Amino acid sequence: MSELITPSQTVGPFFAMRLPWPEGPFVVPEGTPGAVTIVGRVFDGAGSAIPDALIETWQADPAGRFAHPDDPRGAPASGYRSFRGFGRCPTAPDGSYRIVTLKPGPLPCPDDPGGPAEAPHLDVSVFARGLLDRVVTRMYFPDEAEANAADPVLSSIAERDRRETLMAVPGPDAPGGPDAPGGPNGSGGRVLRFDIRLQGDRETVFFDV
Amino acid sequence: MTADVPALPSYGRPRDVHPPLDYSGYRSTALRHPQKPLVLLPQRLTEITGPLLGEELITPTDSDLTMQHGGEPQGQRIIVCGRVLDSDGRPVPDTLIEIWQTNAAGRYRHAREHHPAPLDPNFTGVGRAITDAGGNYRFITIQPGAYPWGNHYNAWRPAHIHFSLFGRAFTQRLVTQMYFPGDPLQPIDPIFNSVADPKARERMIAQFDIGLTQPEWALGYRWDIVLRGRDATVFESEDAE
Repeated sequence: MSELITPSQTVGPFFAMRLPWPEGPFVVPEGTPGAVTIVGRVFDGAGSAIPDALIETWQADPAGRFAHPDDPRGAPASGYRSFRGFGRCPTAPDGSYRIVTLKPGPLPCPDDPGGPAEAPHLDVSVFARGLLDRVVTRMYFPDEAEANAADPVLSSIAERDRRETLMAVPGPDAPGGPDAPGGPNGSGGRVLRFDIRLQGDRETVFFDV
Repeated sequence: MTADVPALPSYGRPRDVHPPLDYSGYRSTALRHPQKPLVLLPQRLTEITGPLLGEELITPTDSDLTMQHGGEPQGQRIIVCGRVLDSDGRPVPDTLIEIWQTNAAGRYRHAREHHPAPLDPNFTGVGRAITDAGGNYRFITIQPGAYPWGNHYNAWRPAHIHFSLFGRAFTQRLVTQMYFPGDPLQPIDPIFNSVADPKARERMIAQFDIGLTQPEWALGYRWDIVLRGRDATVFESEDAE
């Protein structure tokens, strides 16, 4: 019934009037035990930083559960509203964004119990002026080599260098760095870097969802 | 053990509805569109769920953009209302809608905005609403103005209101624009015309509604928004052997 669907249009240059909100980047409050801070930059096909993109993330909780009634396993023990699972951050003039969250758990295939589990991941949407529709990618965790190797989505991408565009890397949180615990951006937790390239040699893998 | 495992819902993948990411008429797409083919993502738990953002984000004046300051804004007062549905006709209740727009003079209230039209101290141009149990939403606002932009010589955007919607699943997320009937700028606007199908373009245009119009007070426009539908049955999933 796609003949009824309302078409997408670009978010344009002025979404920052409405869409960002102060707690948007904080899926969990800064300083939450076990929090991971995801930092990254968004680049265009010329390698220039994109200063007017919006990043949104959606993910399971650390037990691999969703705060959503369509998760067929039922409500998480702590209720639907305990872990919102949603992050939103506009990019800064240098193209950077930041999301503070908890690492999600691995996901079973509930309607295919013998099927492969999905490795911990975040679904990531990118909106921007010049994008007539959002683009969707996934971020995976670098300390999950075994789960990543078995992940059905990663496995569907044949080229290793393409798969690697979906992999976060340990972030610039060396002692004394800006993202180190106690530094100006530091959360006191782990920092991962996930850059997104909309176009070009190292173009990020984007999905038809 | 597997007999009573519920099937996951799945959402149809619309074809020939959304604009292409590479659209030469809109210059900013040139360096921002992916050039490699999109990879088919099976719809698993992350995709069939999504953020259910609710009342905690809403304040009473969020859906009345004419009441957010000490005085009344300049311009034509309008009521914009409609339903959020999925493509199978089911209402989408309790879902967050976010909007932003220019003021009556065609000026956005944004730091990087340089259009030399006046700001209105009584109009910010942003709103939020949550759909009710029947999928209905309603905003009171001001008719936005046309807006010049640098895409090409003498380029003007037709009057529009930006809409952002979540639906109930990650797959249903939609950001779009609502246009007004009879706007002479629509036929020459690259963003509007990036949607190839004329019938799909029409679905972005609100309808004037005299029944919704309130005497001596405000013009009424009706605009329904249709998100991707949820299939009732699931066939073999794409990643099955």
